[in-house]
This record gives sequence, structure tokens and C-alpha cells, in this order.
Amino acid sequence: MKVLVPVKRVVDYNVKIRVKADQTGVETANVKMSMNPFDEIAVEQAVRMKEAGQAEEVIAVSIGPQQAQETIRTALAMGADRGILVQHDGEVEPLAVAKILKAVAEAEGPGVILCGKQAIDDDANQTAQMLSALLGWPQATFVSKLEIGSDEATATREVDGGLETIKVKLPAVCSVDLRLNEPRYASLPNIMKAKKKPIDTKSPADLGVDPAPRLTTVKVAEPPPRQAGVKVADVAELVAKLRDEAKVIG
Amino acid sequence: MDFSVTEEQKLIIETALRFVEEELYPYEEEVERTDAITPELVEQIKQKSIELGLYAAGMPEDCGGGGLDTLTMCMLDRALGRANMALNYTVYRPSNVLQACVGEQREKYLLPACRGEKVDCFAMTEPGAGSDVRGMKTFAKRDGSDFIINGTKHFISHADWADFVILMAATGEEDSARGKRKKITTFLVDKGTPGFTLRPGYKNVSHRGYHNFILDFEDCRIPESQVLGEVDKGFDVANDWLGATRLQVASLCLGRCDRALEHSLDWAANREQFGQKIAKFQGVSFKLADMKMRLKAAELLTYEAAWKYDNNCMEDMDAAIAKLNATEALAFIADEAIQIHGGMGVMSELPLERIWRDARIERIWEGTSEIQRHIISRALLRPLGA
Ligand SMILES: Cc1cc2nc3c(=O)[nH]c(=O)nc-3n(C[C@H](O)[C@H](O)[C@H](O)COP(=O)(O)OP(=O)(O)OC[C@H]3O[C@@H](n4cnc5c(N)ncnc54)[C@H](O)[C@@H]3O)c2cc1C
Repeated sequence: MKVLVPVKRVVDYNVKIRVKADQTGVETANVKMSMNPFDEIAVEQAVRMKEAGQAEEVIAVSIGPQQAQETIRTALAMGADRGILVQHDGEVEPLAVAKILKAVAEAEGPGVILCGKQAIDDDANQTAQMLSALLGWPQATFVSKLEIGSDEATATREVDGGLETIKVKLPAVCSVDLRLNEPRYASLPNIMKAKKKPIDTKSPADLGVDPAPRLTTVKVAEPPPRQAGVKVADVAELVAKLRDEAKVIG
Repeated sequence: MDFSVTEEQKLIIETALRFVEEELYPYEEEVERTDAITPELVEQIKQKSIELGLYAAGMPEDCGGGGLDTLTMCMLDRALGRANMALNYTVYRPSNVLQACVGEQREKYLLPACRGEKVDCFAMTEPGAGSDVRGMKTFAKRDGSDFIINGTKHFISHADWADFVILMAATGEEDSARGKRKKITTFLVDKGTPGFTLRPGYKNVSHRGYHNFILDFEDCRIPESQVLGEVDKGFDVANDWLGATRLQVASLCLGRCDRALEHSLDWAANREQFGQKIAKFQGVSFKLADMKMRLKAAELLTYEAAWKYDNNCMEDMDAAIAKLNATEALAFIADEAIQIHGGMGVMSELPLERIWRDARIERIWEGTSEIQRHIISRALLRPLGA
């Protein structure tokens, strides 16, 4: 089976995010960009599936500017077989991403699509769910353990209050969580091999999708600075404060 | 001119930086404190770096190396150079002169060195012959098809880790335009060869856990098959490669400059005195600007020389300028970094006092700053007959 892994180019998780002076977004000029960490986990999972003989081909797809090719190259260096860059310079909202991925999935026919559960830039956590709905495929979100069978997958999901194990029919869309695996480093020999792996470039129009935003960003602002905390003498005082001042317990 | 970093180079740097952070930084404190690196740790780092292909990455692929060009190797060294010397050197870079190995020497030295089975050390310097390498007294006297070696080398780095020595010794004298001069031959000498012994060298200010040794040769018999390159042509072997070694020194310096500057920026942007961040004081911010400027210049000079090396047009002067500039930039940046940190700068909690101590050696080994200036000025003046 083929595995499709969408990978997003985001501001590196080590970078201290700064809001642009004109409040239209966050500063990305001269800022280190990397693959969304959750997508790395998805790539790792796909590569492990290939190594275990559960997948024949791993395809990394990124939607973004020309530089998103670097993100695809990272996936190829980790072990993906080929890449697809759907090149688009402006903002692409989750719904447009899902539509583009749907078109790619229809063309490629993967057995499973492994997404990161969210991208650390906008933290939308929507793409996998929308994609599943658009394709009419089952979904398993926030996956921390995944077993792939011949026509179904068993997924352990991290949900509020614990873990939930579900079975989904393949093909399916999965979104992966932090604890699924620890992504490997790209080794030098694999980086060199990645150089020769093909990356196909398409436009949203090629896939019949209009990526124009449906939402308008009014303003992006820094969160208010955190107030200094207080020290409490004992548990009784803490409980009293939580009840009477913070009003978070009854 | 194309100054862009390729996708592959970016990925290699990323892998190396992650490796440094996860596999080397956690042990720095221990190595600095104990002035030692345990054999287990050496083995652990070695295995990890072999897995990742960082080990011997600059050696040709047909020898089992990573096949990186010199420019990319400089970028890799820059990333590795952030960690202390003992740790970053466990990610071994075999002496590139080993590429002169022929026939059985390849199986015996070059390939095992690239595979991580053998480590070399390079012995040129003697108590009486430092900058003046040709003044060396270690002599290899021909005896049939063997050579009998007598003499002493000192300041020889990591000879304790090494399985064999790349040894430079005099094998005769010849007439040159400026009088008599020694002919030099390069030998490959295994540890354990009768007549070759090793003594600990000197404690010094730099490089905790990475030591230097004294090598004694007393009637040490070596067959001619152990000659690297040609007899009497030892400098040809060395000259073909030493330029690249200077670029390696420069690159390791760049990595430490990066780290010192990053700490300094972070400190200046957060430390408050007189009710404001110290970065607001021009006395501090201008230091940061100068540090960045020196680093940028050192980077460009190093990368340009490396690019020229890869394109077979590097001159001695290029490597000399790169090494000189990067080592002096490091001295300046390490010192200013400490100044920006105030008292905290000299405390061992931060890597700065170590970077500052380690920086001192860089202007001495692989050719002192004066020798680099000599190389540069000679290149300028010789055509003028001066
Ligand atoms: C920690 C450490 C590790 C080392 N590791 C190795 C190793 O692994 N293998 C190896 O072979 N060597 C090694 N070296 C030796 C190193 O390369 C020499 O120290 C260096 O070449 C300088 O030689 P020297 O120390 O004898 O100084 P000298 O040559 O005695 O120099 C003393 C001073 O005179 C100056 N000077 C000398 N000649 C001239 C000139 N013509 N013009 C202007 N000024 C001049 C020098 O610049 C210097 O300031 C190591 C050194 C150190 C400190």
C-alpha cells in the first residue's frame, strides 16, 4: 500500500515567535523554518511501516511556497520515497489544504494518510478531520499507537481522560500524536539519497482547488504578559483561593 | 557568486546540530570536570556517529567515508565544533593525508580509519622543531629495505586514542636555493612497534579530556612498505592536504563563535541592570555588532577557501587567511562574550570560560598566527622579488 504524509513548513519550535509590527501575522522573515514536529512523527511512522513491509511507498506532500520543497526534502531524507509540492504562496486555510489533499489522495490512492494532529503555527487541528469527511474515509485522530492490518487499522487515541482504542477500515485518515514514536535523524547517506528522489510540483489549480482564504485575519496580537504568581502557605489556602478568587472549583 | 546553502547542506547541518545537542552537550560538564572521556562514552558517540554517517564524513566514498566536499565538511565541522574538543573529536575525522595510502596500506590503515576501526594521530612537532618543521631531528636511517627511526615528537594530540601514528621524519639532506635542507619522509607506525613508546604530554589550559603526548622512537625498525607517499617526499604528502586541515581549524572556531554569540545575545536581551536590559546599553550592543561582523567575515573567508579547495584553485594564502581570521575572531568573540556576561561569564556553569580557554590554542597549532601571516605576506611579496 501507499502511505501519504502531508508535511507542513512552519516556524521552528525553538524560535521565539514575534508578532509583526503591523499586526497582520507573525514574523517569518529571517526566521528558521522546519517541518511541523507532528508531521515528523507521521513521516517516521510511515517509514517504519515501509521498513516493516506494511507499505510499499511513502509519499510526502507539502502545500506552500517554493521553500516548502526543503520540508519535503527532509521527509525524503528520513526515508520517504518521493514528494509532491503543491506550490502556493499565500495563506492556505485548513479547508483548502484538505481539498488539495483530497485531490492528491484521489490521484495516488494511498491505503492510509498520516497527518500530524496539528501544525504548531496555527494549532488549528482541523485538516485531518476535514480531509476524512471530504474523502468519506474513516478517521483516527490523536493516535499514539497504530497497528496496520490488511484491510483495517487498530489505533490507540489520546483522548481527554485517557486512551481509547478503535478499529478503522482502510483506507483511512490518521492524525498522529506526540507519543507515537520518536522521529529519527536524517543520516548523511540518506540525505545524499534524498537528493536524487523525485519531487513533483503542482499548483492548486492543477488539482482543481481554489485556495483563496474564506476567513479574514483582523489582527494578530501578543497574549497579555503573565501576571506574577503568588505563593500559598498550605493546601487549605490554595483550595480557598481556587474557590474564592479564581473560582475554578465549587 | 552563489552564497546559498543547498538543501542537502541544510539537512546535514540540522542533523549535526541535533546530534551535538543530544549526544555531546549532555556530557560536556563531566568531561570538563574530570578532564577525561571514558572509553564507553567514546564508543557510544562513535557508534551513533557512524550510524548517522557523521563519522569520517569528509573521506571519499570509495574508502567508506561520507564523500562530503570540503565546503560541506566545513559546515559539518562548524556544527560539531560547538561541543568541547574531546567530545567533538570522538566523531572522528581521519587525517586526510591517509588518502595517499596505496596497495595494502589502504586495507591496513585508510579503510579501517574510515570504518571507525582504527584511529590515527599526526606527529610532526618536536621539542626543537615547531614552526620550523624542517628543523626536525627525528631521523629515519635506511637499513636494507627497512628504516631505523630515532627521535622524539611532542605535543601530539590524542595519541592515546590512536592505533597508529602518521610520523614525519628526516631521511637525508638536499641542496636548495637557500642552502641545505632536510628531506622528510612520512611513515605509518603502529602502536606496539618495538622501539616506539608513548608518554603523557603536558597539562595545558585548553581542551579538557583531549590530551597531548610525547612519542619516543629508539631504534624503531619500520619496513619501507610503511612509507606513506614517496621516500623523501613527505612534504608533498603533507602539503597536498594540510590546507584542508587549516580550514577544519577555522570551521571548529566558527562553531564556538556561534555558540558564544548566541549565549551573549540571549544574556544581553534578558539581563537587567539599572532598570533595563543590558542590550539597551550601547556599550553592550556594539560589542554584539562587532562580534557578528567578525564571525561573518570569518565564515565567508573559510567557506570561500573551502569552495576554492573543492574547485582546485585554493592557494596557501587562502587557507592561511581563513585560519588566521577565524582563530582571531574566536579569541575576540570569546573574550567579548565573557565581558557581556560579567562575572557569570567566567563561571563554569556556562560554556564560555571553556570556549575562551580553548580558543587560546587555535592561534598556535596548525601553524601559528605569525606563520600564517608569513605565508600571506610571502605570497604577496615573492612576485615582487622581495
Ligand atoms: C595542545 C597542542 C596540540 C598539538 N597537537 C599536535 C599534533 O597532534 N601533531 C603535531 O605535529 N603538532 C601538534 N602541536 C604542535 C603545534 O603545531 C606547534 O605548537 C606549533 O606549530 C608551534 O610550534 P611551537 O610550539 O614549537 O612554537 P615555536 O615554533 O617555537 O614558536 C614560538 C613563537 O615564535 C614564532 N615564530 C616562529 N617562527 C617564526 C617565523 N618564521 N616568523 C615569525 N614568528 C615565528 C611563533 O609564531 C611563536 O609565536 C600541538 C600543539 C599544542 C599546543
